[in-house]
Amino acid sequence: MLIKIPQPGDLRESDVTPESVYLSRRRFLGGLAGVGAGLALSGRAQAAAADYTDVPAGHPPAWLAGEIERAQWDAVVPQDPELDKLTPYQDASTYNNFYEFGTGKGDPSKRADSLTTQPWSVVIDGEVDNGGRVALEDLITPSRLEERIYRLRCVEAWSMVIPWLGIPLGDVIARAKPTSKAKYVRFETLVRPQEMPGQDSAFALIDWPYTEGLRLDEAMHPLTILGVGMYGRELPNQNGAPLRLVVPWKYGFKSIKSIVRISLVSEQPVNSWQAIAPDEYGFYANVNPQVDHPRWSQATERRLPNSLFNPHIIDTRMFNGYADQVASLYTGMDLRKQF
Amino acid sequence: MATPRSTLTLWRVAVFCIALAPLLYWSYQVALNAAGPEPGRYLLLNIGQGTLWMLFATLSLTPLGKLTRWKGFALIRRQMGLWTLAYAVAHLLCYALFILGLDLSRLGSEIVRRPYIIVGMLALLGLVAMGVTSNRASMRRLGKRWKTLHKLVYLVLALGLLHFFWVVRADLGEWSLYAAIGAGLMLLRLPPVARQLPRLRQQVKRERRQPG
Repeated sequence: MLIKIPQPGDLRESDVTPESVYLSRRRFLGGLAGVGAGLALSGRAQAAAADYTDVPAGHPPAWLAGEIERAQWDAVVPQDPELDKLTPYQDASTYNNFYEFGTGKGDPSKRADSLTTQPWSVVIDGEVDNGGRVALEDLITPSRLEERIYRLRCVEAWSMVIPWLGIPLGDVIARAKPTSKAKYVRFETLVRPQEMPGQDSAFALIDWPYTEGLRLDEAMHPLTILGVGMYGRELPNQNGAPLRLVVPWKYGFKSIKSIVRISLVSEQPVNSWQAIAPDEYGFYANVNPQVDHPRWSQATERRLPNSLFNPHIIDTRMFNGYADQVASLYTGMDLRKQF
Repeated sequence: MATPRSTLTLWRVAVFCIALAPLLYWSYQVALNAAGPEPGRYLLLNIGQGTLWMLFATLSLTPLGKLTRWKGFALIRRQMGLWTLAYAVAHLLCYALFILGLDLSRLGSEIVRRPYIIVGMLALLGLVAMGVTSNRASMRRLGKRWKTLHKLVYLVLALGLLHFFWVVRADLGEWSLYAAIGAGLMLLRLPPVARQLPRLRQQVKRERRQPG
């Protein structure tokens, strides 16, 4: 006698769902999805308008206005919206490190109006099959803009939460068709001293252009974006218009602004801060509370805006809280040495 | 050229008000919410630079006195020295309150670890040593050693500028201006230069007397 022990995956004929029920369930779910999407979209459209009512309207070029219109809102949002409340636009747009416009936090917002951002093009070169000079519009429009609400942690131990609008950098790199020799990505900021007074300073320690770099896998990581907007509008000049990098698990200086050149390269590039002070700034610059910067402890951060009575000091998280997504990029590396 | 007593008193009060004014102005900016998203850091940086202004003002009094022979400058020397100390203490308080959030265990480790903080603390200790011995009793008690002790101010100037230098990361323009002022004030103390100051005054006087 053959005794058949049913396996967990085995099904009997009586388990088969009648087709009518199956179909009705699909209809039900479909309907639900439709309702849900409808709710999400309309709710978000209203929320977007409500969130950003105190944000001054920008003057985006027509193509960008259209892209923002059809953006995917809330594509990435903080897990804990209470802890990671949006920094007011007023603060995010007047408290900037953008040394091309001066070293004071208020200098960029006072001086960056002079920057011409239209027309703008980016040179894509190096180890790519599909390089050349690309108009900003042509660089961005093949992808759909996404709103990514990210924490921004500055190496100076302050932080903000900013809703960016951008596209995955990976899309742009894939379209450039990197060759097998491409191992790193190197970025350059515009050099235009007549519009960027910081570049005119005889005492500047930075050897312009400001330069940054990522390992190719970091650049292709889905969290890494090229930003063109924030707070539902285009980037203000002081925040790196019209095109900047946003890498949320690294210190802010990695997120290079006003990019004019993206090169795929085989050797690890030297970024500007590393060139000035290699003992203070490494290539990776991953947010890491265990590795102190010689000037600042990195164990905690001041979440801005704060006040005299509440400095709003919070613990800094490994990889700025994005460890689940990015820690695997650094398996086997000594992050104390490769800081 | 004797200045009436009442004028000198007025002068001292005026200097007091002028030295206090920046502190009031920065506090007012914070109260108005015009100091940006990090008002503590705004106070920290401004008061830090203000400390150097006060130190420069203090160190300019001797050359000014030599140049003009007006005793009003010597009269406010202690006041300005104490203002320098007050600004430096306020600067440290801003750091402890607004940057460290009064986590004093961190203050200890930070002081030991960060060169610019060590240098800043040494400068502050120098100012404290001069501040607590700035009264008449100390002057009497210390006698000749008082003058030697108060030469610490030159060391404090050097440490203050070094502290500022180490804080700067990307552009030395502003620092260079401060360093130039500091160097200029030291230059005026070199004996050959210092001897010229009273002569310069005589020369100006003579030229004034000549009919144009």
